[in-house]
Parts: sequence; C-alpha cells; structure tokens
Amino acid sequence: MIPLQIVSFALVTITGTAVVLTRDPLRQAVVNGFFGLTLVVLFLVLQAPDVAISAIVVESVAFPLILLVAVANERRREGEP
Amino acid sequence: MTRPARLGLFGVGALGLAALLVRAVGGLHGFGGYPGPYGFVLAQAALGERHAANIVASVVYDYRALDTMGEELILFAAVTGVALLLRQQSPERAARREDAVRSDAVRFFGLGAVGAAALLGLLTIAYGYVTPGGGFQGGVFVAATFALVWAAGSYRLFHHLTPEPLVDLAEGLGAGGFVVIGLVGLIASGSLFENFLPLGTINTLLSGGQIALLNWAAGLEVAAATTLLFAKFLEDVMVPEEEEKPA
Repeated sequence: MIPLQIVSFALVTITGTAVVLTRDPLRQAVVNGFFGLTLVVLFLVLQAPDVAISAIVVESVAFPLILLVAVANERRREGEP
Repeated sequence: MTRPARLGLFGVGALGLAALLVRAVGGLHGFGGYPGPYGFVLAQAALGERHAANIVASVVYDYRALDTMGEELILFAAVTGVALLLRQQSPERAARREDAVRSDAVRFFGLGAVGAAALLGLLTIAYGYVTPGGGFQGGVFVAATFALVWAAGSYRLFHHLTPEPLVDLAEGLGAGGFVVIGLVGLIASGSLFENFLPLGTINTLLSGGQIALLNWAAGLEVAAATTLLFAKFLEDVMVPEEEEKPA
C-alpha cells in the first residue's frame, strides 16, 4: 500500500465513524457529505474512476436530498418550525 | 425480554460475527492481489471484441448485460413502489405554495449552474463507454439537475419542468428499451444481449456496438426514476399541512 492509499483509507475510517457518532440527522447529512467525499477520493486512488463517479452522484446528490426531505417532513409533522 | 437476556443474545451474536469476520478477513488475498482469471481475460479480450474503450462499460452493458437488466428492473419496481406507497398528493396544490428562494445569490449561481450540470450529466452518459461514466452515473446526474432547479429556484419551476406523464413515459421507455434491445439480440442470433450492431471505431462515440444503445436506455431509465423519486418525496413535503386534512 502506498502512503496515499493509507491516508485515504484512514480518512474513510475517521469520517465513517464520525457519521455514526453524529446523532442529529440534519448534521449527519452534512457529515455524511464529507464521508462521501473521502470515499470518492479512496476509489480514485484505487484507480476505480467509474465507482468514484457513482459515489459522487449517490453521496452528494441522491442520499442527502432524500435524507433532507425526510427530515423536513418529520419536523413539519412534529410541528417544529 | 429482560435486559440480561438481550445482552446475552447480543453477546452470542457478536462473538459469532467476530469469529466469521476474522476467518473471512484472514482468507482474503493480499492488498491489490487479484487471483483472476476473469479480469485478466477481459483486459486481454474486451477491447478487441467490443471496441469500447471503457472496459467497465463492456462488462456492464454487454458481457453482464443480464445483471444490469435485473438492476434496471429492480430500480423500476422500487420507484413504482415508492410512488404507490407515498400518499397521493395533488402536485398542483403543492405547486401553489410559495417557496421561491429569496437569496439573489443562490438563485443566480444555482440556476446558472443548471445548464452546466445538465451538460455534464449528458456528457457522463454519452461518453460512458469511451471514458469513465455511463448511464447510471449520468442518469442520477441529470436528475440532480432537476433537483438543483428546486433547490435554487422553486418547487413550481421543478414541477413544470418534470411533468409526471413525460417522466413516467421516459422511465418506461428506458426500462422497456433495455429489455427490447436484449430480445433483439436473442431473436437475431439466439442469445440474449448478443450484439447486432457494427462495432465501430475505438475511442469514438460510434463504438461498442449496441453498448451505446443500452447505455442510453439505462441513462433514460435512471434519470427518470430518480427524478420521479425526488418529485414524489418533494410533493409529500410541499403540500401545506392545513390542506392535508379532508375538508
């Protein structure tokens, strides 16, 4: 493993743990964005550009949007502003 | 179940999982070690056989096109399920709600980025079999463009840009088209997804034979399915609460 790969793996481990430890879904959506970014870097470093592009669209668009809409829906039903 | 019993059950499960994980990780090949043989065979043969510079596309849309067809149909079924399960809201009612973005900067740069995002998405689909990318990635990208219209513009704008009958039609055409292309191969040469088009010149858009068609079918299906998914979730959020209760 070259140093770049080790650093990428380490970043994924750190940000992944951060996602799990973040309890507020709204903050989690933001932290998950960073996790997604480190995953994209890892895939790129491991020479899998196709997978990296998939990770970009899923982690930065599809997942956060669905999550934010779900959070917005839940808050509205609970009567929060 | 009492707390000690739950903990005991968890303990047994965790020990079992740990044992299996240790055994599984211990049996892995060294980092970067690949035992083959399929990857080596493909790397040797795929370019000459399929003329698609991105060998990943040859695998996804040709050698294992059957798997991709399964994925397409799973996506189709999943989005159909979401559309059925979410309460039927009136999109027109949702569109009446005033939700325009008030920040001029967000509107300006957000809506300004829509054109570039759409172009990038379409390029990702179009060159899927020449450079990294393809129908799946580009499809979500194109759907994200519509989401950007909502995020930087308004729900009304998003709603007008994505008329549901048209999105439904695109989704059906994408999923159905993929299957039909496979069946044409079956009829023409006796096996599903057998190529029936000229292979073309490597590194141009006219390469890869029917990979190009399947790539666009997948792009259409994924873009429409993801857009429909966004639209359904957004509808659910946008309908004002007081109007939800039956009069």
